[in-house]
Amino acid sequence: MGEAIARAHHEEWARVVATLTRQFGDLDVAEEAAADAFATAVERWPADGVPPNPGGWLTTTARRKALDRIRRESKRDDKHRQAQMMYDDVERDSVSAVDDERLRLIFTCCHPALAPEARVALTLRMVGGLTVPEIARAFLVQEGAMGQRITRAKAKIKAARIPYRVPSADDLAARVSGVLAVLFLIFNEGYLASGPESDPVRHDLTAEAIRLTRLLRELMPQDGEVAGLLALMLLTEARRAARVSTNGELVTLDQQDRGAWDAALVAEGHRLVRERLATGQAPGRYQILAAINAVHTATGDVRDTDWSQIVALYDQLARLDPSPIVALNRAVGISELHGPGVALAILDGLQSALVDYHAYFAARADILRRLGRIEESRAAYDRAIGLAGNTAEAAYLTRRRDQLGQ
Amino acid sequence: MQYLVSVIDRTSSSATSAEMTNIDAFNDELRGGGHWVFAGGLGAPSTATVVDGQGADAKFTDGPFVETKEWLSGFWIIEAHDLDVALKLAAAGSKACNRRVEVRPFL
Repeated sequence: MGEAIARAHHEEWARVVATLTRQFGDLDVAEEAAADAFATAVERWPADGVPPNPGGWLTTTARRKALDRIRRESKRDDKHRQAQMMYDDVERDSVSAVDDERLRLIFTCCHPALAPEARVALTLRMVGGLTVPEIARAFLVQEGAMGQRITRAKAKIKAARIPYRVPSADDLAARVSGVLAVLFLIFNEGYLASGPESDPVRHDLTAEAIRLTRLLRELMPQDGEVAGLLALMLLTEARRAARVSTNGELVTLDQQDRGAWDAALVAEGHRLVRERLATGQAPGRYQILAAINAVHTATGDVRDTDWSQIVALYDQLARLDPSPIVALNRAVGISELHGPGVALAILDGLQSALVDYHAYFAARADILRRLGRIEESRAAYDRAIGLAGNTAEAAYLTRRRDQLGQ
Repeated sequence: MQYLVSVIDRTSSSATSAEMTNIDAFNDELRGGGHWVFAGGLGAPSTATVVDGQGADAKFTDGPFVETKEWLSGFWIIEAHDLDVALKLAAAGSKACNRRVEVRPFL
């Protein structure tokens, strides 16, 4: 029974919240009513059995709870009812190609007028159905502060009248990329968990990010960047088990036990990348990153990696995104293709832009080591260790530094 | 729904004539689209007088309420269905006056 409820929660939470938000024009009402409905399910399903249509049952129950609450509150508080009515006309006129309530919910939670950390928290709460304590734990924030963050975001949506709709066609690409940024942020916080107390990989967050991206893909199957981000996450997640050693140290791609990769996730990621290539449409940033990861995961032996392909993909990415971080990753590919000397010259040019970035110094340390410049390499490792926020990464860098000869 | 679009500035009475032309064109667009409520430019913060009428006699003090590096140099009040519409108009306004703007909803 617990399993049936957990499954219903995973599958139906977003839909219940989204449907009620549409009907009542109020995220607070929708959120509380959805929580009430699931609490009622926990009470009733063990005795009455799981209803034949759990989603329908939950939505009906939530609607009843919402009506009860509004009736109670409007007696007490006339102002609340007036605020409610302001939303009545919100949705009348917009007809969009993709029309699922959950999509409206996602775009509202990821609205660019909200602070990035508020978008993340709101998406996890309203779309993902995580509780406030769960979200607080995931981001190492006090529960009260996380609750405040979500409450403030909802209040801003209401007061500034952030609309509950899928953006119009001319805004869609920019707004989708905002949603993807939120999902990628959630994934990365799981994948590169920061903080000395934190586990190096937070599987709960990476899994949640993948689940939400799968949902978005289901709702927007034609969008190449949505597919690209999903593929990127799957190909990254596939390597999770091989990425941290039993003693909590990062294992770099070239050292990983490729047999420990999740073959099903690799296959799914590759399938998505191929599907996008077959469209012949120019790829965006996430699709290129996914393609790079597809090349990395295409061989059973690191020595067979097609570095010229990887460098070509980074060249393509650099044209879309001329950031120093892309240039850094490209330089790592160059070091494999043309040797560490060529790569070092590129890294020299990036130092002023990446002076606080641990990965820059980690890459630099490795390249200096390969060039036999041991003392400079040691200094770069020291710098990288000082800047690394992830415990497994710091442990790995420390061992590499200590293994340098004299 | 009405929104205040404040123009954020570092200098006073500094709009160039090209900017003024663009602002006029933007105002016409606002009127044409039914978004116009009111707009105006403000004198420098140094021209402000703070008034405290809470006591028996009103007190008048020279100068801005708070000294800041940036201040409000003008504003629009616009009518818009929702924040997305307001933000689009504000972006066009920001381009016209060549300054950053802040959008806040009226209660």
